[in-house]
Amino acid sequence: MLAGIQIIVLLTFSPLFVGIITKTKAFLVGKKGQPLLQPYYDLLKLFKKDVVYSTTSSPVLKIAPLVGFSTLLMSFLLFPLFGKAPLHFEGDIILFAYLLALGRFWALLAALDVGSSFAGMGASREATIGALSELAFFVGLGVLAYSSDSLSLDSIFLWKLGHSAWQPVFLLLFATFFLLLLTENSRMPIDDPNTHLELTMIHEAMILDYGGVELGFILYRSTLKLFLFMTFAVSLLWPTLLSFSLASLVFLFFKIAGVAVGVGIVESTLARIRLLKIPQFLIANFMLALLALLVALSTGGN
Amino acid sequence: MILLAASTVLFMSGALGSILFQRAALKKIWALGSVLAGSLLGLIPAFQVLRNKITFAYSFKETLPGLKFQFGCDELSAFFLIPLLGLSAGIALYAFGYLKKEKHLLGSLACFPLLVAAMMGVLVAQDGFSFLIVWEIMSLTSFFLVTTEHGNREVRFSGWIYLVTTHCATLFLLVFFILLFKKTGSFAFQDFTLLSSKSYLTGFLFLAALIGFGTKAGIFPFHIWLPHAHPAAPSYISALMSGIMIKTGIYGILRAVTFLPPLPLWCIESLLVLGILSTVLGVLYALLQHDLKRLLAYHSIENIGIIIIGIGLGLLGRHTHNAAIEFLGFAGALFHILNHTIFKGLLFLGAGNIIQATHERRIDQLGGLLKFMPLTGITFIIASLAICGLPPFNGFISEWLIYMGLFDGVKDLPRGPFSFCIASLVGIAFAGGLAIACFTKVIGVVFLGLPRTKRELPLQEGSWLKRLPMIILAILCFVLGVMPQLVLPFILPTLPVLGLKVPASALNLPIQSLQTFSVTFMILIGIFILIALIYKALLLNKTKRLAPTWDCGLREPSARMQYTASSYAEPLSTFFYFLTGPTVHFQTLKGIFPKTTSFKTHVEDLAERNLWTPFVQKTVEIMSWVRKQQQNQIQNYLAYIFVTLILLLLWEVWVGI
Repeated sequence: MLAGIQIIVLLTFSPLFVGIITKTKAFLVGKKGQPLLQPYYDLLKLFKKDVVYSTTSSPVLKIAPLVGFSTLLMSFLLFPLFGKAPLHFEGDIILFAYLLALGRFWALLAALDVGSSFAGMGASREATIGALSELAFFVGLGVLAYSSDSLSLDSIFLWKLGHSAWQPVFLLLFATFFLLLLTENSRMPIDDPNTHLELTMIHEAMILDYGGVELGFILYRSTLKLFLFMTFAVSLLWPTLLSFSLASLVFLFFKIAGVAVGVGIVESTLARIRLLKIPQFLIANFMLALLALLVALSTGGN
Repeated sequence: MILLAASTVLFMSGALGSILFQRAALKKIWALGSVLAGSLLGLIPAFQVLRNKITFAYSFKETLPGLKFQFGCDELSAFFLIPLLGLSAGIALYAFGYLKKEKHLLGSLACFPLLVAAMMGVLVAQDGFSFLIVWEIMSLTSFFLVTTEHGNREVRFSGWIYLVTTHCATLFLLVFFILLFKKTGSFAFQDFTLLSSKSYLTGFLFLAALIGFGTKAGIFPFHIWLPHAHPAAPSYISALMSGIMIKTGIYGILRAVTFLPPLPLWCIESLLVLGILSTVLGVLYALLQHDLKRLLAYHSIENIGIIIIGIGLGLLGRHTHNAAIEFLGFAGALFHILNHTIFKGLLFLGAGNIIQATHERRIDQLGGLLKFMPLTGITFIIASLAICGLPPFNGFISEWLIYMGLFDGVKDLPRGPFSFCIASLVGIAFAGGLAIACFTKVIGVVFLGLPRTKRELPLQEGSWLKRLPMIILAILCFVLGVMPQLVLPFILPTLPVLGLKVPASALNLPIQSLQTFSVTFMILIGIFILIALIYKALLLNKTKRLAPTWDCGLREPSARMQYTASSYAEPLSTFFYFLTGPTVHFQTLKGIFPKTTSFKTHVEDLAERNLWTPFVQKTVEIMSWVRKQQQNQIQNYLAYIFVTLILLLLWEVWVGI
């Protein structure tokens, strides 16, 4: 029941936040910008379109978006969006991390499947970024496990209700996961979602050969992924409410809209990092996570 | 016991038959048939031991004073016997198909049953002396198998490296067992437990075992033979060696843990550090290889590292009296041993198929094979998903157990062990990310895209004998991932042998979680099917067109423009320049009309480049000085012997080890 609501809320609202980010960016540069609901129109259009496949491709090209989409839905089932997570057990944070990795594995395969040098280039960069961002991600999870004394996303995000989450550890963790959010979703200092020059693209280069329904699944997935990471980051500071109600839904909505505006501001004020510097950025984020670990150790967790 | 003895006899007679008969078909039938029959026969007692918990042992009469050959099978031996015999049976089937057209590989075939028998001997030997004998037989037979194609200079070189390293390692084992014999007065494993627990002696013994067994297992930096020997050997032998022979090293370490006194903390910590090094560097060097089998060999080093981290974690749990961590570490390590046998065996068999069809090991020359060899491709993808630890395959479960232990360590352990847990956590996670990069590279470059060189079509996958074991292994990857509780009846009886006294209550939580994985993965698969159905529905009434890949408007795209394996790995290689230090062979272009030039890079690993090559050079220098002192005068030799004896006597009197 709750799982159903969770999935429906997710599928309905996730494109909206992409709209909010775009609107924020447009506002900051003094433009009117796309309509707020533009991501919905894009998806509808793509799902109606016919499909073109590369002559080089194999079934991997078609399977990959489906695997990516289903792994993301699955990882949402492990996440306490409002109230308890529909599916939770001790140790599900590891499954959560590896589900994301499974999606990445197939995305990389699909990029290499068409045999295009641009897609290969994007895949190579994505693989590098993916491997290096695991460092910060897992230390971050370690800090969470240490300070909440739990290995399940459900209890990690529900534990702090009575207390204040505004402790140094969580501020640092928020910073870490916010940077991870930018990295994993190909946002501005790492990758420009609006770029149209193949040589500089990462994520967009990987999906150059997709069109129609498959592209729809991929774009839909990336809105879901953005939603997931925004929720993850923001729930560190404002924990999830204990039970499902209209209030918790509205609360969630405002939390994420806040982060979306934040992402928009970051994207409009920061320039892109040179590709060669991206690994350094990721290692810096790793250091940030380690700092969070030290802080957690010195304050003694809970 | 009788069945095990019978299967040994079968292996021996198979080897003998394969030597005696001259006709190729008979040679094959004797050798491979005996492996198949012997393995299936030997599996029965192994299962019985684990199910009924009845161990058996047999000791021969005293052959020399104080020396008894003892053999037996306890749960630990049985646990290793199952992957050994199971994989051997599968490989024997595969080899029937593999050796069909390869007459030149038959020369060393008699060593195959002998190697299986020797590995079985290693697992059932219950005293140091017979252990060393079978260990040596194992090393020698595998050496002959590695050098099957000894007409090739490179193969001879690889065989030489293997022979030297494996014997240097055996030297440490010799020291290990002789020291134990001197201290306890017996070679039998069960008497070794009487050793008094002096921490420096325990530490020394453990280090000797770690180097001796670790070399066979392929722990960094003692792994250098592995990336040489695996590409040189025929593929079915690589599968056997990587799948199970290197695990005998792990078995040795575990066996040493059973009879050594409790290890001091620094031993455990060094074990963990070596584990982390193997894991991260193994996969990093794998990423930079151009040779398919060399790449897989480096991945074995990574997986051995994960197993070692699991064992280290278990020992850490024991040291800090944390039963849950102890259980998770050891159970994860044991499970990963089983899993690695399955998917690494499968990967090498797949590599064998590719090499046999294309006669090419360099991945940058391949491409688009999925269309010609669908079964090889699909099983290779499944094995890759499993080796990367991705759900819902078996590799995920064992890594999950180890992760759980590490996270528990992060939560509960005091500061010192805590930092090792965090380091291992980061190490495994990073290696996981790199493994994904590495296997997407292999699959993408070998199986997807377009062929990079013209080949004679059609490419053949070979007979059903070759395919059947691959299908079984691939199914096992999936089944053990979705139903991990199936493995518990094998792991749980083995743990008490390793000294685990875990209360049942401590096990409840992880075991329950294992069962939830069945449900979780079913939901995952359910979601996937649902999404696929929606996708199919969306595609109804739509036209589907085929068009060339987008190439930025270029007129004549060619297959050579695809991203290669080297370019795929370039960003990571550049970032880890200090570790990888690629050697570049390139002549810069000169003049207005430059001549043709070539560009070549290759990566030598850190241990080989900065540790062993200088070490060997120094040794050779010293030895050439020693050689000069030999003047073939008998007086000098007598003097050397005399001085040595005096020194040994003084050592015995004063130090007394």
